[in-house]
Amino acid sequence: MNKLYIFLKYFFIVVWTVFVVAPFLWALTTSFKDFQSVNGGVTYIPWFDFEPNLEGWKVLIKSPAKGGVDIIEPYFNSMFVTCTASLISIILGTLSAYALSRYTFKAGFVKNNDITFFFISQRIMPPIVLSIPFFLFLSSINLLDSLTGLIVVYIVLLMPIAVWIMVDFFNKVPREIDETALIDGCNPYQAFLKVVLPNSIPGLIVAGMFCIIFGWIDFFFAFILTFTEVQLLPVKIVALNSSVTPWWSLSASALVSVAPLIIVAFVVERYLSKGNLSGAIK
Amino acid sequence: MDLIANNLSYKPEDQYHLNEVSFNFKEGNLYTILGRTLSGKTTLLKTIAGLLTPDSGEIEFDGKNFLKVPVWERNVAMVYQQFINYPHLNVFENIAFPLKQRKIDQGVINEKVMDALKSVGLLGYEKRKIQELSGGQQQRVSLARSLVKNAKILLLDEPLVNLDYKLREQLREEFKNLFSKGLADETILIYSTTDPKETMELNGEVIVLDEGKVLQVGPAKEIFENPNSLKVAEISNDPPMNIIEAKISDNNIQFEGINLEAPKHLSKLTEDGLKIGLRSSDIELGENGNEFEVELAEISGSETLLHLKRGDTKIIVSIEEVLNFKIHDKVKINFKIDRAYAFYADGKLASSPFGGLNGQN
Repeated sequence: MNKLYIFLKYFFIVVWTVFVVAPFLWALTTSFKDFQSVNGGVTYIPWFDFEPNLEGWKVLIKSPAKGGVDIIEPYFNSMFVTCTASLISIILGTLSAYALSRYTFKAGFVKNNDITFFFISQRIMPPIVLSIPFFLFLSSINLLDSLTGLIVVYIVLLMPIAVWIMVDFFNKVPREIDETALIDGCNPYQAFLKVVLPNSIPGLIVAGMFCIIFGWIDFFFAFILTFTEVQLLPVKIVALNSSVTPWWSLSASALVSVAPLIIVAFVVERYLSKGNLSGAIK
Repeated sequence: MDLIANNLSYKPEDQYHLNEVSFNFKEGNLYTILGRTLSGKTTLLKTIAGLLTPDSGEIEFDGKNFLKVPVWERNVAMVYQQFINYPHLNVFENIAFPLKQRKIDQGVINEKVMDALKSVGLLGYEKRKIQELSGGQQQRVSLARSLVKNAKILLLDEPLVNLDYKLREQLREEFKNLFSKGLADETILIYSTTDPKETMELNGEVIVLDEGKVLQVGPAKEIFENPNSLKVAEISNDPPMNIIEAKISDNNIQFEGINLEAPKHLSKLTEDGLKIGLRSSDIELGENGNEFEVELAEISGSETLLHLKRGDTKIIVSIEEVLNFKIHDKVKINFKIDRAYAFYADGKLASSPFGGLNGQN
């Protein structure tokens, strides 16, 4: 029974790993191939199956005039928009979450839980419902097709995530810790900054990670709210056409675009496995 | 500098947490708030600390309206029943926190923290993380943090309740030493507990609290000897005092077919519906006693608690040794009836063996 369980466990882990890793492996090998290797049947092992070269990767930094894919500017645009929006969302979201966790709000039948749900409901709604209001809103304040406009919209999308995660986190931090800080001479702001926040770093990291991921991978709003002036990475990647851009350049671009997420995931995983996340507060 | 409260009430939902609580605490004294769980002890302490604002009533400290002073300016210290420390700071930083908050010179802080560490017996632990300490040590850090401030009001909210038996005994002893060293004469020390034994050992002024109401105030000895009502007798004894419905006539106390000669302090009572109260330690096993049936025997520490039954009367007897009984065993017991209390039907004390009320004659 036990052996069967172990066998099944590892069996599914292996199957799932293959399922997840195979596309990456395919993209990785393809990015080092040339025309002949790509069209020459199924080959995966460099030097043995095919002769690797760096053509696909060189295209990334070449100017468009020389046949480059021109993803450097969209890359930095995406990075700027995602990081700025995530940072603002985390700051505002943490403050709101703390208030929602510690103070009682009441306006008619609206109470704390309803406010929290309002935040989350922004994520439950299908994006298409939000797209037209956002479009009209941004055009009315002249921020269509601009980085600032995208940041504003992304804050609306990312802040609910931050609020959601941080409310849950703060609810698990004993109230008595804040109270002790007050008794020890902190005013409520100092209690938050000196005691609650330093003990919430694991929550902040998780919330930040989710904000970065959801900001980075958003295609829909980046697609709808920009035209010519500004382009974000997901839109650019989709715009790369395989009839113009060769497979190896496409693969390299795709890998480069998911690289930040993989790095984020590894960093957080390190942090998680050290036990810092769960052990901070008993 | 006295701490005076007038008619404090706090009723967040449909139940009183505090109900017209008044007191007058004088500096340099130890006050014990004795009450069962949910009796309003923590609410009262939090109200004194300023973490809760009462719905009505006043608190005055040093002649000033205390309710207008925010928590962080009240100069109180509090130790919680859960071991509350700052998890992101080490032991030293935890204890230094309230001093740093006052922007005291670093040299003075070092000296004071070391003194506090010494007084709670944690020297050498200053670099440790809080999570690396045992529960008892965490509570000591908490205590050290509250001592280092020289607060005028020190609140201890059931500080020993979450510790294991041995640590509790040990820490209680240390508390007593700390308190008797005179903690600085101007401190008001308020200690809440559910444990009657702890109350008696601390030997301070006791406030018995139940359902947010003050039932009795007095020195520990007085509460123990002359509880003013059935409820206080229950709360201030562990196991609770045995209450027996009995009839007194012709100098005899009668219940369940048992006839006992009434002691002097009970002999003049004639009212109907009297209840006789007898501590579990005032009943003993004896050859010529009255027969009861064992319902349950539990061994706690070096004591055996016997739950006995005869007819409708149920009593608990504590015996100072470990004995084994089987359920439905018959045992014979004697009542030390001269140590019995009597309560009227409405729960008020009628007579006590220590001279309360009617007992004087």
